[in-house]
Amino acid sequence: MAANITYREALNQALREELQNNPDVFIIGEEVAQYGGAYKVTEGLYKEFGPERVVDTPISEEGIAGCGIGAAMLGLRPVVEMMTVNFTLLAMDQIVNNAAKLRYMSGGQFQIPAVIRTPQSLGLQLGAQHSQSLEAWYAHVPGLKVIAPATPADAKGLLKSSIRDNNPIIFLENEMLYGTKGEVPEGELFIPIGKADVKRQGKDITLISYSMMLIQAMKAADTLAKEGIDVEVLDLRTLRPLDAESILASVKKTHKAVIAEADWKSCGMGAEVTSIILSGAFDYLDAPVVRVALAEVPMPYSKPLEKAAIPTADDIAAAVRKIMGKG
Amino acid sequence: MSLYTERMILSRDQLIGMYQTMQRIRSFEEKSSELYTKGKIGGFLHLYIGQEAVGVGFISALKEDDYVIGSYRDHGQCIAKGTSTREIMAELFGKSTGISRGKGGSMHLFDVKRGFLGGHGIVGGGIPVAAGVGLAIRYKKTDQVVICFFGDGAVNEGAFHEALNMVALWKLPVIYVLENNLYGMGTAAYRASSIPDLIRRASCYDIDREQVDGMDVLAVREVAERTIYKTRTDKEPRFIEAITYRYRGHSISDPGAYRTREEIEEWQKRDPIMRMENYLKENSMITDDEIKAIREEISAEIQDAVEFSENSPFPSKEELYTDIYA
Repeated sequence: MAANITYREALNQALREELQNNPDVFIIGEEVAQYGGAYKVTEGLYKEFGPERVVDTPISEEGIAGCGIGAAMLGLRPVVEMMTVNFTLLAMDQIVNNAAKLRYMSGGQFQIPAVIRTPQSLGLQLGAQHSQSLEAWYAHVPGLKVIAPATPADAKGLLKSSIRDNNPIIFLENEMLYGTKGEVPEGELFIPIGKADVKRQGKDITLISYSMMLIQAMKAADTLAKEGIDVEVLDLRTLRPLDAESILASVKKTHKAVIAEADWKSCGMGAEVTSIILSGAFDYLDAPVVRVALAEVPMPYSKPLEKAAIPTADDIAAAVRKIMGKG
Repeated sequence: MSLYTERMILSRDQLIGMYQTMQRIRSFEEKSSELYTKGKIGGFLHLYIGQEAVGVGFISALKEDDYVIGSYRDHGQCIAKGTSTREIMAELFGKSTGISRGKGGSMHLFDVKRGFLGGHGIVGGGIPVAAGVGLAIRYKKTDQVVICFFGDGAVNEGAFHEALNMVALWKLPVIYVLENNLYGMGTAAYRASSIPDLIRRASCYDIDREQVDGMDVLAVREVAERTIYKTRTDKEPRFIEAITYRYRGHSISDPGAYRTREEIEEWQKRDPIMRMENYLKENSMITDDEIKAIREEISAEIQDAVEFSENSPFPSKEELYTDIYA
């Protein structure tokens, strides 16, 4: 049995199930309780589980992150909501210097089973300080696991796995995806962290993507199929650790790769994936690896400029055609 | 009688000027709200409706070359600092004639000519920047001051405490104005602060502080005159808490289910524009006809700003890569 639900509902289900499953799980963040979450992901949970397990906070991101980390040191399993990824910048010290390092530098005495959930967003004219993708920042740090699901099923299964994981996790949701629907199996659903997923089988070229850009990649693949180009779409789902095995298996099969990412190209996720391909499948490549990414500017507010800065399915399709010699 | 109370004797023109500016802000915000629902404005839109007396009371007491720095609820303060409604409306439209050339949007208004230093989208983000502005003023040995506006949510950010300590430690000419509108997004201020009396946040840094009715533009102006005079003279920071209220949601997408209709109506009875209008009438400084004329004039000005924005071009594609250098 599966239900057709939104990404938002899938996350809400995962939270509810894990709150029910383990009394050590609690939610903490700005507007998560009485308001129901700025993006309504925690809606209804405060009513069901009460103020000790769904905790509203002041606007104090560094404090909130620290509370999650400290509680995790004593074995609780906090799910910290940061209202948007932009605000995680105020909590960077706690996340990078504490969450990521405490297990290692304590010689394994402490574990940090904390999940930091936060949405990224692009394309909503929110301006430069509210439209950015910082996945590569977090994926750069040893000691953090970074997850970026694109579908409701992956959102649910990965969030449940994250809450049960004993290490700190940056769980990147996406405002553009909250309202999207998909089939989600009912009951317990766990998706392994660190495993990419082939979202569409193909033989001509590998299109690697994740999160909101995966939706564009799938659209591009549909368009290209009509033109006779058989695209394999690989959804990374976990950005650290990256699933090198799945990336290489697909590229060895198709001999070509395009990466579609919603972050900046310089030192971005695509650079890391490209490096994996070049060192593990260089001899299999028939063409250079190409990245489709954001324009390297702070996001402009003005609609036409913003549109020009964010890659679309058409941009991805054009990059694929060019490599296939059909552009 | 001390100097600042002498300066508080305001002319009829000054009083009517404050009334007009509040009215201009109110009309601008109401029009923005309407245009947002029509899809002319995108992104977030945080309206200043209800809080006009705070920005106008303070900024009207500044000299032209003083500085103002605000948060994402910045339209009203930018208007009060003298930026034209054309330039601000065009920014909200994302047009090239906007004050930030369409690249900033509602939350990121900047006007270098008029000393408006943003337009900051992250809660508390402008507070340390104001300390830096104070540092530069002291460095250049001018007699300018900077006013930094922020909301009750921001006092719980670490940045607030770091900056307050620095301006007090180094004696910088910064006036921090806490616009306490009682809610940080959907969270009542008392639910987010260990002390409900937020002015006490300044006491541990030993910053001279005062509370004012933020719904009364004359009370605000009086505190502003006194505060600005003192800071300009002794170069020391000040902290003012203005108690105010926003009539609309945190942003336009906030349905505001966390407060009652009655509460909002109760505050609207103390509406700053209405109070100022009554004051002017009671003191025979304005007639009903003059009020009508002012409203019509402002309404025409806002309509002109909308038409100007509609008729302005979007930035060209090349603008995507201007003002980026690395």
